[in-house]
Amino acid sequence: MGKLIPMEGNQAVAEAMRQINPDVVAAYPITPSTEAVQIFARFVADGLVDTNYVAVESEHSAMSACIAASLAGARVMNVTAAQGLALMWEMLYIAASMRTPVVLSVANRALSGNINIHCDHSDAMGARDAGWIQLWGENVQEAYDNLIQAVVIGERRDVRLPVMNNYDGFLVSHSYELMELEEDAAVREFVGEPVYVRPMLDVSNPYTVGALDLWDFYHEHKRGQWEAYGPAKQAVVEVGQAFGERFGRYYGLLDPYYLDDADLVIVALGSTAGTIKDVVEQRRERGEKAGLLKIRCFRPFPLEEVADALSSAKAVAVMDRAAGFGSGWGTVYPEILTALYHKGLVLPTVDYIYGLGGRMILPEEIHQVYDELAQVAAAGGTAEPLRWLGVRV
Amino acid sequence: MPKSIKQLTEAPQRITGGHRLCPGCAEPTIVRQVLMAAGDRPIIAANATGCLEVSSSVFPYTAWKIPWIHLAFENAAAVIAGVEAAYQQWRRKGLIAPDVRYGLVAFAGDGGTYDIGLQALSGMAERWHDCVFVCLNNEAYMNTGVQRSSATPYGANTTTSPAGRVIPGKPVHRKDLTMIMAAHDIPYVAQVAPALPPLWRHLINAAEKAFEYEGPAFLNVLSPCPLGWIHDSSRTPEIAKLAVDTCFWPIYEVDHGAWKLLYKPKEKLPIEAYLETQGRFRHLMRGDQGAQVRKEMQAWVDYKWEQVLKLCGEA
Repeated sequence: MGKLIPMEGNQAVAEAMRQINPDVVAAYPITPSTEAVQIFARFVADGLVDTNYVAVESEHSAMSACIAASLAGARVMNVTAAQGLALMWEMLYIAASMRTPVVLSVANRALSGNINIHCDHSDAMGARDAGWIQLWGENVQEAYDNLIQAVVIGERRDVRLPVMNNYDGFLVSHSYELMELEEDAAVREFVGEPVYVRPMLDVSNPYTVGALDLWDFYHEHKRGQWEAYGPAKQAVVEVGQAFGERFGRYYGLLDPYYLDDADLVIVALGSTAGTIKDVVEQRRERGEKAGLLKIRCFRPFPLEEVADALSSAKAVAVMDRAAGFGSGWGTVYPEILTALYHKGLVLPTVDYIYGLGGRMILPEEIHQVYDELAQVAAAGGTAEPLRWLGVRV
Repeated sequence: MPKSIKQLTEAPQRITGGHRLCPGCAEPTIVRQVLMAAGDRPIIAANATGCLEVSSSVFPYTAWKIPWIHLAFENAAAVIAGVEAAYQQWRRKGLIAPDVRYGLVAFAGDGGTYDIGLQALSGMAERWHDCVFVCLNNEAYMNTGVQRSSATPYGANTTTSPAGRVIPGKPVHRKDLTMIMAAHDIPYVAQVAPALPPLWRHLINAAEKAFEYEGPAFLNVLSPCPLGWIHDSSRTPEIAKLAVDTCFWPIYEVDHGAWKLLYKPKEKLPIEAYLETQGRFRHLMRGDQGAQVRKEMQAWVDYKWEQVLKLCGEA
């Protein structure tokens, strides 16, 4: 049995890393993820883990060393945020292309400029097409649980992809919540021993990694990589189920809340989903059929599942904590529309850009979204499908 | 102990012929000699993006008979550091026999070393990873068509420091990366060249030491480039020797802090003896402006040579 203790998100991430005891952690501190690296460095210093902790000189080198160590034959992890993730950008694609199951926890933070250290989703959203599996946690418990599952998902032989464990900067990374910390042995048993696939350190089977790959093969190699995302989606489901069977907390691609009969649905990811759950309960008490669709796995995008989940809604609002500059929308909204269109579903929808750079999102504002959504549903649509929430204009 | 030629030739062949590097390119010679010097220990090589990488790994072919990894341009040092981190874990776990020591080596051009790769290199050295970093220094970005780097000599004509009617090639001197690496106080640093006998021997000896010592080692190897330097492909080792004989490229080592000059030319040749062999300096061989640049180059060579002599206790 685990035990209930209060923990911060960064602490929970560091604890999960301690329990997983990865071979190599190459990390560079950056707010708001720094504390996770600090706590883990202390675990190393105190001999609580066997990890070779490489205190690299930049996030670019952090990700480079992680990919190389993974290819050499190591279970590797890393933690970052915002500019750190942006500096890794080149290597993020390479991590996925080289099929390395690197696990990266990201305390989501706004990208510069101007510089801002607080939460939004522009960092991870900017990396959404890099080929990583993206899990999005709502709270401290999920940051912990998702990290443990990430190891198993990424390392599955039919997946072999890097996994990003997203948790909101400060809102989760620095918030104390009561969470269930599982026993070390149980976590280690769940993640199992690492399986090294074609490790370079096995010098008896030399091969060339990262060759020059031109028009005659690159196209096919990208298609090969493409094939991994179906199994990856399946792995997220199966590992979430197995985790539930072992620890009692079940996970899937999506986390619906009062969704089955909901007329008015908000789609969200990250900690705001928690706020929305409270508001949903309040609106339900008033007799309104409000619901939430939390996206836990944004990559691979659960296209069919999202469409199915929204098929009986009367109106849908999407909460976007990153602006897709020049696209006219946030970053999640177009994906939701694609899912609906794919199923032939035509619903009134609204995209809300909110909470950039850590702008507070309050229950009153979620109420506002439901109020507006009710109007949109009644009108059967809106001439104003893109709205900025809580902005002074 | 320096290996005999017979011993060297007995080392496993780790890079094969059939790669696509230019005729006369010094890089495969350097790579082959460095890897011969590594003896029979298992070798894993990392490679920065560059001539060697693109020419030796055109999928589905490879010239490498050892585990070889390329991820990007600026990060060869971080990549080999990552391999080393995993290697140490394999040793700890007993997956590698205690008496077996791998040779972990990174190859990068001067771009991947002096410029875009400098940060990762400095970090790797400071963190004391047990590996050898070899700079294949052809003094410009040759892979992409001869653009200047911070290793490009003063006055050299490159596509981004062209010798024009007003500006006679690169307007500033190259930086001294070997000394920068020596300032990291790592076990071994050497500046060497694949030059005519007997000088090539120093390259081999330096590589042997670099693999032997625990901790990071750095080799800065001048790598004549017929394409970018504009010389006949048959003259590569000769031009490398002229670089040493003019003291344009002094060869020396810093072995655990001990500076040692590896070769002192009997007669220090004027810089022109080196410049006149290469098209990249052709514009300097005529006119008042050329003469002025040559004079400044000679003064800079003299200054650096005196500096090296002093550090090596030869002054």
